[in-house]
Amino acid sequence: MAPTQSTIQIVPTGPGRHPKRVKSELMRQRLRAAGWFLVPMLVALAIVAGWPLLRTIYFSFTNASLTNLYGAEWAGFKNYLNWTVLKSGRVIWSGLLADPVWWNAVWNTIRFAVLSVTLETILGTVVALVLNAEFKGRGLVRAAILIPWAIPTVVSARMWSWMLNDQFGIINDLFMMLGLIDHKIAWTASGDTAMIAVLIVDVWKTTPFMALLILAGLQMIPRDIYEAAAIDGVHPIKTFWRVTLPLVRPALMVAVIFRLLDAMRIFDLIYVLTPNSSQTKTISVLARENLIDFDKFAYGSAQSTMLFLIIALMTILYIWLGKVRFDGGDR
Amino acid sequence: MSAGLKLNQVKKAYGAVQVLHGIDLDIKSGEFVVFVGPSGCGKSTLLRLIAGLEDITEGTLEIGGTVVNTLPPSKRGIAMVFQSYALYPHMTVYENMAFGLKLAKASPDEQDKRVREAADMLQITPYLDRLPKQLSGGQRQRVAIGRAIVRDPKVFLFDEPLSNLDAALRVATRLEIAKLHERMADTTMVYVTHDQVEAMTLADRIVVLNYGVVEQVGTPMELYHTPANLFVARFIGSPAMNIVSATITSSGAPATVQPKTGNPVTINAEVDATYVDAEATFGVRPEDLVPTNGPGLFTGTVSIVEKLGEVTLAYLDTGLPDPITVKIDGDVEIIKGATMTVTAPADRLHLFDETGAAFPRMQFSHAAE
Ligand SMILES: Nc1ncnc2c1ncn2[C@@H]1O[C@H](COP(=O)(O)OP(=O)(O)O)[C@@H](O)[C@H]1O
Ligand SMILES: [Mg+2]
Repeated sequence: MAPTQSTIQIVPTGPGRHPKRVKSELMRQRLRAAGWFLVPMLVALAIVAGWPLLRTIYFSFTNASLTNLYGAEWAGFKNYLNWTVLKSGRVIWSGLLADPVWWNAVWNTIRFAVLSVTLETILGTVVALVLNAEFKGRGLVRAAILIPWAIPTVVSARMWSWMLNDQFGIINDLFMMLGLIDHKIAWTASGDTAMIAVLIVDVWKTTPFMALLILAGLQMIPRDIYEAAAIDGVHPIKTFWRVTLPLVRPALMVAVIFRLLDAMRIFDLIYVLTPNSSQTKTISVLARENLIDFDKFAYGSAQSTMLFLIIALMTILYIWLGKVRFDGGDR
Repeated sequence: MSAGLKLNQVKKAYGAVQVLHGIDLDIKSGEFVVFVGPSGCGKSTLLRLIAGLEDITEGTLEIGGTVVNTLPPSKRGIAMVFQSYALYPHMTVYENMAFGLKLAKASPDEQDKRVREAADMLQITPYLDRLPKQLSGGQRQRVAIGRAIVRDPKVFLFDEPLSNLDAALRVATRLEIAKLHERMADTTMVYVTHDQVEAMTLADRIVVLNYGVVEQVGTPMELYHTPANLFVARFIGSPAMNIVSATITSSGAPATVQPKTGNPVTINAEVDATYVDAEATFGVRPEDLVPTNGPGLFTGTVSIVEKLGEVTLAYLDTGLPDPITVKIDGDVEIIKGATMTVTAPADRLHLFDETGAAFPRMQFSHAAE
């Protein structure tokens, strides 16, 4: 509220006046009951999320390897950043923060997250606007559009990798036929197109999810507001920017943040579609490589921990800057 | 800057469902017309056709002498107040009111002047910087009205503007709207409600709708004293008119009818000789019935007594299918279970034929009240 406004202060009287001190027996009972209902959830979360997280963070400060998890020794920040001074006086930096492969993965992850979420938001909004209009068979279309989202990522990634195949893929065939390309492209293998291929598949898969979240927001906007706008003579495009978008913004922001967090952790699609391309290697893929393939468990743990920190930081920034509130209202 | 409305055989269908069946109306410039009727009868639909929010399926609509069937809402010179206010939730009161002007590229001075004038008129100036959610229902409704005023419309449309307000606020806002009509004497107002009290108090003329058909058009007193048919007779007035079926026994003016039970009844209505022996119904308003000691219209036991202070309502069991409602001025002691006889002058009775159409009333004049 603006500070200039006068607000009426309602001074409670009677027993409810000092809620802190005079907590009624009923209230205490309710709190106790609520506590008991929360316990199973908290325990489950502690086991499946809290413990692994703490273990990962711990391992990132050790020299653990896959074969020697329990004999790990404390290594401080060595996995993150370390230096050795050679006899010649040269300083050699090592550790995560000095590793170009790591920074490449960070850059890939951010590039992927920003591009995919941007595309999905724009396309999702368009799809949601279409689905929000009234037409015959709307229910069916709404259900059908969810299919890409319902297919397990590994399956759809395989499917697309066949379609994108340089020799037998239907995409190359189609593009050749339409004259869009003059030679077959190895979409997933070529460094120039690997990221594009990944983006196409991710957008295909996730736009429906985005569209449905935005559609839910659109349906919260009362119809008569649009009628008022029509009477006010607001052009439909202006109506979109001045009425629809501001009103759907809270839902849109929540959708974007969900997707952004998801995209930052992207693993399965890339692991299946472009497993060996340095152009698409994201933090999660790199971390798995170190944890399992390279037997650098501690180093992989450090990468995982860093990813966790990056995502946490982004979330906090996003909520703070975007003034997102998860209960639907505006802050 | 004023305009009448003319509807010529206006029809509306949603797919195969015919909602309005050929509405003819002539609304004069500056008139306050109320559409009234039960829920679902097509009042809002008719209003939305006038606004241009729905397409007219058939027929023509003229505003100010021009056919506007294909004109978008913003070009019709109308403004509308919605039942749910339809304020833009993310804009302040000021922005809500100025939005249309701003997009119509009115100069900022002009915008400001118009908004402040309207806000002054409706006493919402202190809230101009607030968001709609920070206002009470009554204040929101004023803002919605203010937004409409700012458009300086030729025709002002209201769709049940009071139905979301509590009883006290409803009466206060009703008075505001009456005042608004006085102040904007050139502006035609069309007002939709299902509440006959609102209709009676606000309207210059009332249009009674039922199942997408106009039942009657007239001033409130015309509808009260000379309802054109049973539907209007029942709909206007509270409590509703008592309706009794009977057989016509003699024609002419006055005519006589014989109810299923009781004495013959003389009614000051003009009935053609061809109607003798025809089934009919007659009606009498609860407020026209008076207790009597002599022979009366109805005799029965008092089954329920309702005291409202200013009036007392008694329900008589007379052996007819429906109880007879009697409305007596003041706080009168009526004993439940007692036998009561009531009567009404012959010129206060209404007679309807089998189809429900009213027979003309004899030498009826309002001055006789
Ligand atoms: N968009 C629509 N599609 C189909 N039927 C509708 C639509 N709008 C209204 N109707 C029907 O038209 C009839 C009249 O509705 P309405 O004008 O809203 O009634 P009311 O007199 O209560 O305002 C109702 O039976 C309603 O079901
Ligand atoms: Mg309605």
